[in-house]
This record gives sequence, structure tokens and C-alpha cells, in this order.
Amino acid sequence: MSDQRVGDNSGGLPQILLVGNPNVGKSVLFNALTGTYTTVSNYPGTSVDVSRGTCEIDGRRFEVLDTPGMYALMPITEEERVAREILLDETAHLVLHVVDARNLERMLPMTLQLVEAGLPVVLVVNILDEAERIGMQINLELLQEKLGIPVIGTAIARKRGVKELRSVIADYVDKRTACFGYAADLERDIEKVVATLEGEYRIKPRAVALLLLQKDEDLLRIVQESEGDRFDHIVATLNEVTFARRSDLHLRINLERKRVCRGLLQGVISEEQGRRPPFAERLSAWTMNPVSGGALLLIVLYFGFYKFVGGFGAGTVVDFLEGTIFEGHLNPWMITHADQYIPWYWLHELLVGEYGILTLAIRYAVALVMPIVGTFFVAFSIIEDTGYFPRLAMLVDRIFKRIGLNGRAVIPLVLGFGCDTMATMVTRTLETVRERILATVLLALAIPCSAQLGVILGLLAEVPGALFVWSTVLIGVFMLVGLLAARLVPGERPMFYMEIPPLRLPQPRNVLVKTLTRMQWYFFEIFPLFVIASVLLWAGKMTGGLDYLVRGMNPVMRLLGLPTEASAAFIFGFFRRDFGAAGLYDLQNNGLLTAVQLTVAAVTLTLFVPCVAQFLVMRKERGWRVSLGIFTVVTALAFSVGFILNRLLLTSGVLS
Amino acid sequence: MKLPENAEEILEALWIATVEKGDNAAPFDVLKTSADDAALAELVRLSYVEIKGERVYLRQEGRHEAMMTVRRHRLAERLMMDILDIKGRQGDEKACEFEHLLHQGVDTKICTLLNHPETCPHGRPIPPGECCEQARHSGEVGVVALTELKAGECGEIAYFSTTDMKKMQKLMSMGVLPGCELLLTRSYPSFIFKVGHSEFAVDDELAREIFIRKS
Repeated sequence: MSDQRVGDNSGGLPQILLVGNPNVGKSVLFNALTGTYTTVSNYPGTSVDVSRGTCEIDGRRFEVLDTPGMYALMPITEEERVAREILLDETAHLVLHVVDARNLERMLPMTLQLVEAGLPVVLVVNILDEAERIGMQINLELLQEKLGIPVIGTAIARKRGVKELRSVIADYVDKRTACFGYAADLERDIEKVVATLEGEYRIKPRAVALLLLQKDEDLLRIVQESEGDRFDHIVATLNEVTFARRSDLHLRINLERKRVCRGLLQGVISEEQGRRPPFAERLSAWTMNPVSGGALLLIVLYFGFYKFVGGFGAGTVVDFLEGTIFEGHLNPWMITHADQYIPWYWLHELLVGEYGILTLAIRYAVALVMPIVGTFFVAFSIIEDTGYFPRLAMLVDRIFKRIGLNGRAVIPLVLGFGCDTMATMVTRTLETVRERILATVLLALAIPCSAQLGVILGLLAEVPGALFVWSTVLIGVFMLVGLLAARLVPGERPMFYMEIPPLRLPQPRNVLVKTLTRMQWYFFEIFPLFVIASVLLWAGKMTGGLDYLVRGMNPVMRLLGLPTEASAAFIFGFFRRDFGAAGLYDLQNNGLLTAVQLTVAAVTLTLFVPCVAQFLVMRKERGWRVSLGIFTVVTALAFSVGFILNRLLLTSGVLS
Repeated sequence: MKLPENAEEILEALWIATVEKGDNAAPFDVLKTSADDAALAELVRLSYVEIKGERVYLRQEGRHEAMMTVRRHRLAERLMMDILDIKGRQGDEKACEFEHLLHQGVDTKICTLLNHPETCPHGRPIPPGECCEQARHSGEVGVVALTELKAGECGEIAYFSTTDMKKMQKLMSMGVLPGCELLLTRSYPSFIFKVGHSEFAVDDELAREIFIRKS
């Protein structure tokens, strides 16, 4: 089992692995231990990347690994596979199994599996504060005695129990004795399989046997590799046992574990009955009701995105940075100095010209994109941390099924309104290849990113009716392409199931750090592209190549009923979605566009090509063939829709 | 006395058009029959139906027979899809062939085997028979699909009927296991249920495969 994403053990430090279900506080614990930050997510899937950090306890240094959420040692999703590979590949000094105190009975079976596998496990019973609030009392000493491994109670978000946990890590001595007995017949089956195993495994033969009886495909492959000729005999034994039992061993083993866990928890948990449901629970019920949930969604969209991102971010902050700081002070200052000290025309142009790195790339990145993307990430992080997204996913599942996706896909699509590039990366959290491709197509085609959206909304808002036509066409294309793609793209139909975490108040520090982490990522990925785009445009201008390209686009523009000056905007659009939109901005300011032309141009440009960055990510995630296919289809579709829309608007007289 | 198969088909379509869709009668084309159809003539002879112009009316005398025909059809669908796991078009076709065999108490046996289901796999109601009334009267605890629970009802998970290992594995590893107490809190737009202190959402496809012993 190897995984390039995990990489090698840095510096040979003893390792601490954090494992457990999604939403139990692994990432918060990771931060508490290491002091550095990783994304904390309520949505199963968004922490598919593995975070590494180091910590020092009593003068000893450890490496800490935060693994993606997993429900059991048998993986289903990509993230669970990654998590298991880490567990089985790395030689851990300690495995911290983090569980939610309120759901101990449900999560303890995985602790059994970890102990069975022979891993050095410490059980961290987290979220104790919320368990106590609902009237649960947990006797942790008794549980520790019964389990035979260290058990620590914590409420890490409140900093409770972190000190004790650190001292357990420091004093940990591996003296595992526990073994949990199953029913006699199952034990005999396990023994039979164990007796056939001779190869070397990272986990105990008993755990290997159990996974084999549950028909774990990955493990079957590993066993095949390490057993060679004996493999046929093992398979025969497995088949014999399965047939002799006449029942699903997977279910049987799970039920046995449940029985063992119930026994372990006897006398450990006491619960007060009949408490009134807390406000969060009632609010949670409202979010899942289609009527009140729909109203809440509109409120979230209006205040969170329209007012905060559109009004404050794309309006107030952009006006200040772009208008006052750059146009008013910085640019004139830079141009004056360049005029004075740079005698070479080409260098002057490269730095402060029409497509200059300083005057165009940096101004765009800092004054236009940063405020829009930044405010979007703030709003997104707050909503994410409350646990709202799984509820939204559940609300839209029925509609999304029609376009071949399930409710989970709402996360990457909403994220696309912030940055399509990042959202395309997040599509990997969807379960089937088919869903990933469908979501990628919809992102490339019909979801404008925040920067582009900001500029286009600003432009269209000045023309009555244009915004309505633009949004109707986009929603129409989105639904139509979704419906068609759902029928044409082959593959498994999606199924929807999801754990719904409780609603929580977001912690300001988490929101802040998460936003900063995302913006930092965005900048490192995107900023070089701004500069490259700017240099390419400059080179195009200096060599006359740009003119050539623009002239090549002219016939297309005429077909769309647009002035030839609009060619440039479309060529820019490929470098950055918002470059194109900003190009339109200039045309509109110079009075070159009628209302119909503006609308047609805005629609075509929104649909037209993903930007370079998004295309590169598409290629990375989906491969050349699929991404080139998407690129071609999207381009053809964008211009066709523009062409038809122009004809329709002109004949119907709408907007003119 | 057993009716010819196409007479049963006519009665069934007439029941759906009048009782379920609320029309007072149904035209020939909806019933896939015509004025000179022998099966229709037989129904008229038995006073089960009445023809006025181009429309066929269901008479009081024919109501019970029509209801039972619909019941047999939908029970056959349940049997095909839930127990024999024949889904899709083939399941529909086989159910159509099979329904005509469910006479003389066979329907009762199947209804009991299926724990007196209230809806067919397409969500339409199955008219209750005497066996259902008796079971209700004697307080028999039945096993029903999660889709048949109403919000606020609870029960114990009895079994999963899915043949898809992946689905079952996922449910089980999330801690949703036979023997767990489950409370359904919402059934639209998705099924939301609680197991312990956790909440889960599943779509109706998956909900149809989780069977609950009502409490």
C-alpha cells in the first residue's frame, strides 16, 4: 500500500496519528497539539488532504498527522482509503482515536477494530461539554479499565483536557493486553482463516482475517501479493466459511462488535431523560423543512453573499482599493517614476503599460480580486462552520438528482461562486467518477466565480432587465445541460446518505484562520497566473500577435452582433474570468455597447471557457481527454447560446 | 368466480381512474378497451360496470372486486421487487403476469409474508385486505420500510434489503445497524432519522431498503 499524497516520514520523529469519524474534532485537536492550522470542516470530505505538523511534549518532539474522517477500517470513499493507508503504512508511536462523547456507542466499534489491528490506541472522548449539556454522564475510568487502553475525556474546542492528553502522550507505554471475544462460532471462523495466513502484515492476523471475512477488496489484493501460491487456499477457506454460515458475515461481525460495545458501555453511560430540546435542535429542524429552510436559504444568500460579498466586498472595498488607492495614488506615482527613470519602451510597457505587471496584474490581484474572494471566503467559512451545508445538501437532493448529481454536489457548486478553480478541486469529494465529471462540466460552464460575478453584476445592474435576462439564460443553460448530461454521461446513479452534524456557533478564530489559509492558497496559485497573463498580453501587444488574435475573433464577434472591440475582452477572459468581464467594463464605459450587446456579451463571457487556472486543475483532476472535451463543448455552447440570444433579443425587441 | 385476465385489467384501470384520480368514470382509451370487448361485456353482465356513451362507470357491485384486483397487482409488485429483487421494467412485467395468480387466499399469504405493506414500490397505496385488519386488530408488530414510517414514529432497525454491499457497508460503519433504535424526524425532501444522538439523511431509494420493526 503506497500513497504519494502521504509522502515520507519527515526526519524520523515518532508519529501521532489522529483518526476518527468526520465532525468529531480531529482537526481542532491537531491545531491544539501543533499550533499550526488545518482546515476544520463540518462537511465530510473537505479535508481530503492530509495535514502534518510537529509538537513538543516534555522535550520530546513528535510528528502529528491529521487523517481524513473515516467510519471504519474498511474504506468506501477516497478519503477513507487515504486514512486507512496512513494507518497501515506509517509506524505510529500512538494512534489517537477521537470520538464524539454523545455517540460513544456508535463510534466505539472502530476503537475495537484499531485495538484488534494491534495499533497503539488512545481513546479521546471529545465534545464532553455538549454531552454533559444534554444530560449524559460518562464514567471514563470504568471505560478505561474495561477497554484496557488509555481513555481521556476532552472538550478540545474549550481547551479542556488538552493538558491531560499531552501527559498521556508523554507517558505512553505500550502494554496492550485487551482482546475482545466474539461469539464462539465466529471465533472458530476467525481461527480457521488465521491458520491459513503466513505472510507478513502490518496489522495482527486476527484483524486481517476479520477484514477478509468482510470481503475487503483492497486487503484481498494485499494478501494475494504477500501469500503468493497460498492465496487460492485462503480464498477457498473464506468461501467455505461464508457458505457454512449462510449469512452475511459483514453484518454478523458488525453486530458482534455492537454487542461487545454495549457490554463495554454497561454502567459507563448514564443519561437523564426528558430534557427539552435545546434551541439549536429546533433551529436545525427549521433548516431542514423545505418552506422555512428555503426562506432561511434566501436570507443566507441575501445577507451572506449579495449584501456582504456583492455589496461590501465587490462594492465598498473594491471602490476604495481600486479607485482611491490604485487609480488615485499608486498608479500615477508608478507611471510618473517609470516615465522618469525607464528609457526603454518595452520595459516601461512591461511594468506600467496597458498590460503592465504593476498596473494590471498587481492592481487586479490586490484591488479587484482580493476583496471579492476574501469576503466570499469569510462568508463561506462562517456558513460552513455552523454545519449548514449538509442541511442544504439534504434540501436540494431531489432537484440535484434530476441533473445526475446528489445533494452533496451542492458544496463544490456553491464554492464555485467563490473560485471555480478551487471548486473543481473539491469535486473529488464526490463519490462516483460520473458525479465528478458532471459537477466539473457545470462549474466550467454555468457557475461564474466571485470576481467575474462581481464585475458582471455591477455592469448589468445599470441596465434595467439585463440582469433578469442574464440570470434566466444562465439558470436555463445550467438546468438544460445538467438534464442532458445526466442522460448522456454513463455510470452509476448517485445515492444520497449523509450524517447531519449538529448546528454550532462558528468560532471566530477558526473562521479567521480558515479564511486566511484559503486566501493564502488562492494567492499562491493564482498570483503567478496574473503575472503570466499580463506578460503574455504584453508580448502579444509588442509583437502584434494580440492584434492578430483579436482580428481572428472579429468574425465571431460579428456573428454575436458585438462590436469588434469586444474581441479583446474574450481573449482576456481565457486568462482570467474577470479579466474578460473587466474588458467589458471598459467598453461599456466608453459607450460602445447597447443594452442588447452588453447582455449578449455578458452571457457569452460567463458561459465561455474556464480560466487558465481552472483548466489546469481540470486537466490535473480529470485528465487531458475529458478536460479538452469539456473545453470544446463549453466554448461551442457559449457562442451558440450568445448567437441565439442575440437573435431572440433583436427580434423580440426585449431590452432594445 | 375468477374473472378473465383482461377483465381484471379493466377493473384495475377503472379503480385507478375513478377512486384514486377522482374522475366519476373513465373513457375506453384509458381502460384500453372498446365497446365490443368481450371482457367488458362480461363485467357489464355481472353489473360490475355500466357503459354510458363513451364512458365506463364503476358500479357499487364492482367496487370490491376492483379494489382486490388493484391490491393483488401491488402485492405482486412488492413481492417481485422486495423479496425476489427483480427491479425495473422486468419487475413491472413479472408483477403484471403474477397478479392473476393471486386468488383463493394466495394474496393473503403474500400479504402476511410481506408484513401487510401499505404502499407499492412506486408509492401508491395498497388497499388493505381482511388479513391486514386482523393483524392490526391483534396488534401484530410488522416490519415496514423506512419510507412507510411517519415523521415522529420510531422503531428498531430490523434488516437491510439492499443487495449492494457498498451501501450496506456505509450504513453499518456509520453505526446504523440492525438492532438500533431509530426515530424518523422528517420524510420530505429526504428521510431524516436519529440513531442515538446522531442525525442522518438518506434519499428514498436508500430509505426503501431499510426495514423497521415498529414500536
